[in-house]
Amino acid sequence: MHNRKYLIPIVIALALLLASPALAAEEAKPVTGGEIILGTIGDATSLIPMITSDSASSDIQTHIYNGLLKYDKDIRLTGDLAESWEVSPDGLTITFRLRKNVRWQDGKPYTSADALFSYQFMVDPKTPTPYSGDYLKVAKAEAPDPHTFKVTYKEVFAPGLASWGLSQLPAHLLKGQDVRSSPLNRKPVGTGPYILEEWEPGTRISLKANPDYFDGRPYVDRVVYRVIPDTATIFLELRSGGIDMTGLDALQYKRQTSTKFFERNFKKYRYLSSTYTYVGWNLRDKRFKDVRVRRALSYAIDQDEIIKGVLLGLGQPATGPLKPGTYWYNPKVKRYEYDPAKAKALLAECGWKDSDGDGILDKDGEPFAFTMITNQGNQYRANAGVIIQRRLAQIGIKAELRTIEWAAFLKEFINKGRFEACILAWTIPPDPDLYDVWHSSNAKPGGLNFTDYKSPEVDRLLAEQRLTFDQAKRKAIIDRIQEIMAEDVPYTFLYVAEALPIVNSRFQGIKPAPAGITYNFERWWVPKARQGIKLVQ
Amino acid sequence: MLIYLSKRLAMMVPLLIGITFISFAIMHLAPGSPTDMATDLNPKMSAIAKERLTKLYGLDQPMHIQYWNWLKRLSVLDFGQSFAPDGRPVLEKILNRLPVTVTINLLSLFLILVVAVPLGVYSATRRGSFFDQASTVLVFIGFATPTFWLALLCMILFGVNLGWLPISGIKSLAHDQMGLWAQLWDYGRHLFLPVVLSAFGGLAGMSRYMRANMLEVVRQDYITTARAKGLSERVVIYRHAMRNALMPVVTILGLSVPGLIGGSVIFESIFAIPGLGKLFYDGVMARDYPLVMGGLVIGAVLTLVGNLLADLGYAAVDPRVRHEA
Repeated sequence: MHNRKYLIPIVIALALLLASPALAAEEAKPVTGGEIILGTIGDATSLIPMITSDSASSDIQTHIYNGLLKYDKDIRLTGDLAESWEVSPDGLTITFRLRKNVRWQDGKPYTSADALFSYQFMVDPKTPTPYSGDYLKVAKAEAPDPHTFKVTYKEVFAPGLASWGLSQLPAHLLKGQDVRSSPLNRKPVGTGPYILEEWEPGTRISLKANPDYFDGRPYVDRVVYRVIPDTATIFLELRSGGIDMTGLDALQYKRQTSTKFFERNFKKYRYLSSTYTYVGWNLRDKRFKDVRVRRALSYAIDQDEIIKGVLLGLGQPATGPLKPGTYWYNPKVKRYEYDPAKAKALLAECGWKDSDGDGILDKDGEPFAFTMITNQGNQYRANAGVIIQRRLAQIGIKAELRTIEWAAFLKEFINKGRFEACILAWTIPPDPDLYDVWHSSNAKPGGLNFTDYKSPEVDRLLAEQRLTFDQAKRKAIIDRIQEIMAEDVPYTFLYVAEALPIVNSRFQGIKPAPAGITYNFERWWVPKARQGIKLVQ
Repeated sequence: MLIYLSKRLAMMVPLLIGITFISFAIMHLAPGSPTDMATDLNPKMSAIAKERLTKLYGLDQPMHIQYWNWLKRLSVLDFGQSFAPDGRPVLEKILNRLPVTVTINLLSLFLILVVAVPLGVYSATRRGSFFDQASTVLVFIGFATPTFWLALLCMILFGVNLGWLPISGIKSLAHDQMGLWAQLWDYGRHLFLPVVLSAFGGLAGMSRYMRANMLEVVRQDYITTARAKGLSERVVIYRHAMRNALMPVVTILGLSVPGLIGGSVIFESIFAIPGLGKLFYDGVMARDYPLVMGGLVIGAVLTLVGNLLADLGYAAVDPRVRHEA
């Protein structure tokens, strides 16, 4: 880090790189070696996949395990441990052909018995997993030979295919064991590119390259996750060379990382994240039940202003529940450009007028006032709330904003439907099965459709897309759902923020794609001259 | 003395049961349950899976049975398994983090004493002097400054700009390859800022206490006597006055025993120290009942023991306490 001997060659190398980026990139040949240090705000809880639901655990699990399928750089399903797969013409059976010559990290061969076990693990009542739902729909799972795995569904279930990204677990180590007390919780054995080297609880987790990885040994020798709960500390560690990569917030991206020092030592990336933020209107409320009111509110909210103010421009307007720019996204839906006059006109049409002259709209003597709630700890959402509050005030609606601790927020307000409007976000899954959030059967206490959205047509389409394996046909249905939702505005969709990772510039081979940058993590590499030298002054 | 001791011990039994009850009640009254964190707003979570989880944790049973089961295990010092997916025993989790927290607290307590006692004595003997006023202002600045803010400033200065100290963690990545002395030096460098900063905040209390005691003592007749018989000012202050002024300070120390296992969440988060404060905080956030209840009980028992020790100490030195009780 402070070795001056290397400084001059590095400066020259950097100058060359800057002078002819294309040439340098072509000539460079990946080499092995070096390490990458990452910061994580929480310690992992267990390294057995599918029984954890925290991101720290799953971040590390992805280095250690493989699924049958995975998403490629364009977020399309592709084979991982399965070489190929086919869906039977009736859509009920999926047959996976497994790769040969894959070995567990303890040397035992990986076979279809492991695939079968991984499925059985998910449906075993004794497994403490929150993710069993998709697998309970399977009627029969078989392993006819060591390299074939076959599942048959009770009824056609198109989203089921994506669920076979299921991490593969070693049957020879876990079968018949109590998973909660299994040593694999802390000393995992997978098939993946990295092997657990050491886990110091609460401090760090280090992984080393798996030399026998079936897809080729990863270039970087070691991956170390340091547990640093405070994001300000993570940033300082990045600045001083203590970690190599982190996700920035908008402010850090725009204002704090534009110095010469950062430009020399780091590369910043930006791509659309898989989360959309929205205002959910409680449709049990008689005011929000009227679609004209919801449209008016959407016209009154300026999406661009929120993106500029909250995200400093690092995001895109959301028009529905799917991610802009992806295959399933329908860009041709009704949009609500900021138009306060139109909003006022619509509200007047429903009888909301300022009849007593106090600046607040009223109807039957009741002023239009409500409370928006959001969870504590997310500044983006709270800030968006403040901007919305101001815009609504301008058309004569009084909106209060309240932040509530997460558990109480869910338990007392969201799950019980005791709110008027809420600002929240949903993850956008790669598979466009919107059933869980939007089907009317989930509009029940504790259900995900907590704003009580009920549309018979959407219900029908949601059920139909699950039965449609043909991608083009399914896309047509999903497109139609997005159109209806844009008309119905059960939510006012706000924005999709950008993910803003920053990586030490000694890492080569990073190729941003719709899926982000970490999809080819095993192919990242560090030039020999930069191994062990973290920062250049 | 024995009667006094047995009385005190007998009084602790209902107190302990009360503590377990309150610990249990607090946790279960909090909105949300351990399964929520994995299940709520999770589109992949089915109702069946939620039921299974609830059953697995034994949360489907009536409250009084859950309490009774917990109490039974507690009586043989079994704090149960954490609800976190790792399922490690609560006791192991706590013991794992105990050394770091206790070390930091002991070091910072030591530092507070080493600085605050002389500071208090010196200020008292020069009451109203420039030194007295300046030190008063300084310790109160220390008391009033938000430590997390000061910590970040120090991290930027010493860690980023000067590069003298590591920013966070308790040891460096290459720690395991170091020799013994290098390892100790490594620990020292990492613990320097956390210990100094947490002591900085505690200086005010202790030094003011010391100063007040000292002022009280030097007004006593026996100090006048000591001066009158011609002892040097040095001997008067440091042998006669200071010893007596230290007595109440020692009592405070006894009462700070339970505080030794208390960690500060904010501090541990900023410095990425794997301590008890963060463990319990995360436990509360995840509604990890066994972990949090275990922590509450251990903390409460230590407080009881600390109080008992302090009382016994009093009883030993002060006959009045023994007889009245």
